[in-house]
Amino acid sequence: MAETSPQLQHIQGKLGAKVLSASEPQGDQVVALDRAGLRESFRLLKEDPELSFNFLSDITAVDYWQKQEPRFEVVYQLVSLQRRRRLRVRVSVPESDAVVDSLTPLWRGANYLEREVWDLYGIRFSDHPDLRRILLYDEFIGHPLRKDYPVNQCQPRVPERHVDGTFVDERSRNKLLRLQKTLAKKN
Amino acid sequence: MKADNPELPREIMELQMGPSHPATHGTIKFNLKLEGEKVLDCDVELGFLHRGFDKSCEQATWTQVIPYTDRLNYASSLINNVGYALAVEKLIGAETPPRCQYIRVIISELARLFDHLTCCGMAASELGAITVGFYMIEARELIIRIIENLTGARLTVTYVRIGGLKHDLPQDFAERVAAAFTTIRKLLDDCDRLLSRNRIFLDRMANVGVIAKESALDHSLTGPILRATGVDYDVRKAFPYLVYDKFDFEIPLGSHGDNYDRFLCRLGEIQESMKIVEQALRQLPVGPVWIDDARFVLPEKEKVYGSIEGLMHHFKIIMEGIQVPAGETYSAVEGGNGELGFYIVSDGGGKPYRLRVRPPCFIAMGAFAEMIKGYMVADIVPTFGMINMIGGECDR
Repeated sequence: MAETSPQLQHIQGKLGAKVLSASEPQGDQVVALDRAGLRESFRLLKEDPELSFNFLSDITAVDYWQKQEPRFEVVYQLVSLQRRRRLRVRVSVPESDAVVDSLTPLWRGANYLEREVWDLYGIRFSDHPDLRRILLYDEFIGHPLRKDYPVNQCQPRVPERHVDGTFVDERSRNKLLRLQKTLAKKN
Repeated sequence: MKADNPELPREIMELQMGPSHPATHGTIKFNLKLEGEKVLDCDVELGFLHRGFDKSCEQATWTQVIPYTDRLNYASSLINNVGYALAVEKLIGAETPPRCQYIRVIISELARLFDHLTCCGMAASELGAITVGFYMIEARELIIRIIENLTGARLTVTYVRIGGLKHDLPQDFAERVAAAFTTIRKLLDDCDRLLSRNRIFLDRMANVGVIAKESALDHSLTGPILRATGVDYDVRKAFPYLVYDKFDFEIPLGSHGDNYDRFLCRLGEIQESMKIVEQALRQLPVGPVWIDDARFVLPEKEKVYGSIEGLMHHFKIIMEGIQVPAGETYSAVEGGNGELGFYIVSDGGGKPYRLRVRPPCFIAMGAFAEMIKGYMVADIVPTFGMINMIGGECDR
């Protein structure tokens, strides 16, 4: 492995075999982590007093379709506010088993970011409390940021959605009836 | 009849607020669960303005992406331009000349003024202080006129280029800015006297939409919302880019994390931005605004029309795009609403392989439910106004 800064060496010392590679392109610090036990690795990055990457800046993914195996890469941007440092974490995810540990137990901000990755890339996050589509609608077919999703792809028309229990007139009527009943009982 | 009469039937009411509501600046929908007027739960539905920014960028050359970035946060499109150009330049390994960097600082701060004036003015007028709204829009108009004079457009400016700027500042730029700032300072002074200690305004803003420091960090909030809780994180100070380390400016901090602190943080930042612009204009060095590298810079028009090499050079850059070396990088700038990051992956061609924007207000919307739980329906308007959700950036 090439010469790395003391901080990256420290991360390698702490996480051991979980660090698959570490590099410093363009002055950024980048580590590739193993997908197994990912949440524990992040917990260590967050809580270790010498690293203290306590701020999750961003989560996104890249699709290396027909370029690289495994196909997907989930990319995390961490910030240590005390030490004024950034760290980029890359995690490879195969297409056949596109699941990553959710970071929502560590940072609640991961909720929306992971929903967006699921929506646009179809990568699942295990133990996510609310993994729904976020930018697109529920009936959307496919995951548009995948490289095999054609840019001019059309989507089928969606029939009007029936929403339960929000028909206001019915509710007000029931409410009025109940109110009349209670008042009648009183008299 | 008392409201807490146990004999009256109670039930939780579901209310759908939006997507077309005057206070939802773009299009956004809140699915509320209410008990009376109290908000028990709020599920935010967004994406109404999703137009596939990331996917579109993968189809365009590196230079053609710049107009797309204008349409992210259209209240501060110049910052988006600068942030994108800085990310690509980081991947190329190019550093722009000092004059270009100073001009980029100036335009970033003008855009921040624009953004904050829009946000504060709109928030004030939504709460009934329509005079303040008009005063701030007048101040904003002065900024827009400067931007129009500089770039030729009011909102979608496309002024920054990879490796430089569209053109240098106009002759009378400094005088125009000085004249505008004098008026803006007076207008802001009027707004301050009308609003900052106004009882009605305070009642609507103070102790509303509170988010604690730990919770704000947990939710990855940045910008004025985070600083209103007292966390000193501004990308301009934490990770200085361009020439921000050469200026003397403060980062206004709040303490309560409520809407009023967010408002004051933004007002404070308006003052600091004006200070930065004035310092930058005083220190502005002379020199070129483009990097000296023919791989990324279009040749001069005389060469294009006067020689075959120049014509081919022009053609290659326009048709194939500049060739950015393969690699990936992340670069962040302080946008109007917080950390605006660009994560780019290049496969060595003329088009981005992947371009991701870290949208500050999308992430802030993730914390909105937490901010509004337990408050009244009417408190949604100022809280949402102070997040300053811009549909173009939130939904991309």
